[in-house]
Amino acid sequence: MDKEQNRHVYWNPYFGGFLLGLLIILTFYITGRGLGASGAMKSSVVTMVDATSHEYAKKSAFYSKFVEGDKNPMNNWIVFETIGILIGAFISGGLAGRIGWRTQHSPKITKRRRLIFALLGGVLFGVGSQIARGCTSGAALSGIAVLSTGGFITMLAIFGTGFLVAYFFRKNWI
Amino acid sequence: MGPLIPNDIIPFEWNSIIAIVIGIFFGFILEASGFSSSRKLAGVFYGYDFAVLKVFFTAALVSAIGILYLDYLGYLDMSMLYIHPTYLWGAIIGGAIMGIGFVAAGFCPGTSLCAVAIGKIDAIVYVFGIMIGIFIFSQLYGLLDPIHNGYFQGYVTLMDSLDFDPYWFIFLFTIAAVIIFAFSDLIRKRVKKVFY
Repeated sequence: MDKEQNRHVYWNPYFGGFLLGLLIILTFYITGRGLGASGAMKSSVVTMVDATSHEYAKKSAFYSKFVEGDKNPMNNWIVFETIGILIGAFISGGLAGRIGWRTQHSPKITKRRRLIFALLGGVLFGVGSQIARGCTSGAALSGIAVLSTGGFITMLAIFGTGFLVAYFFRKNWI
Repeated sequence: MGPLIPNDIIPFEWNSIIAIVIGIFFGFILEASGFSSSRKLAGVFYGYDFAVLKVFFTAALVSAIGILYLDYLGYLDMSMLYIHPTYLWGAIIGGAIMGIGFVAAGFCPGTSLCAVAIGKIDAIVYVFGIMIGIFIFSQLYGLLDPIHNGYFQGYVTLMDSLDFDPYWFIFLFTIAAVIIFAFSDLIRKRVKKVFY
């Protein structure tokens, strides 16, 4: 990968950030709520558990919240929005010629190591997003847009901890 | 006057279709900004790429300013918007766990979906990991309940918590962001380049 390939591949970050900000305003203006992402993964887990054992899901303190009565966990704003994310990213990646099966990792580490860390990071994010009731999109970004105290705290905790522990993961990235 | 759907100006039946359209724009913007690349995202923690910082804070400020302004002009009733609730220790502990996950994997859930859409295998594994994490949480739900449901402060904003004037706060936040952006460019010049 040479220098030229790295440059001008993506949008200017201020441009992207500005458009994202406008989109968040529009989202709140139309729907009264913000963006999100981890919520759709929660709905997927709830659906799988519910399909495996409806009895168990109804009894569980966590799952019962989402499967009471006729509630379908997949009939949810965030799930539809997530389908949109996949379509939108696919269009953008397609226009830029970035689509293809690959595992992206630093040349200094193996593919296996990358995948193990991706899985572990996912597990941590899954647990953390449930404890904090939202991830970087739902809690931090959409929270800050309406100046939610919890949104600011979550943002500071995510990035603060990230910087604190970055040293221990440096081999994976630099 | 907004918000349109809660005020029945747009019928509720449109909600799901609007969700897909908003999602398409969200996914497009994230992917076009380079957020489908874990190596680009992780750059913020090592100083070789500050795209996350710039996109995140620009978006946060633009949206916060815009929403305050629409509220001020009377186009949007801010009191009707969904305010992310504040559970103090849940936000801190959950955020800290997510922070470790972010550095370990180089993705957050939204960005990983963009990477899944363009075929990144590490992102597919990551999303699978998130689902395992949510399942683990559901099994530990009783144990984690005091953190998850405790220390509840309400659906509060910084103005409630700190007794701040929102307009001054946004003004100072904007200045801080500009300084941080300039500072991040200085750091990036001093850090060894990473190409990906």
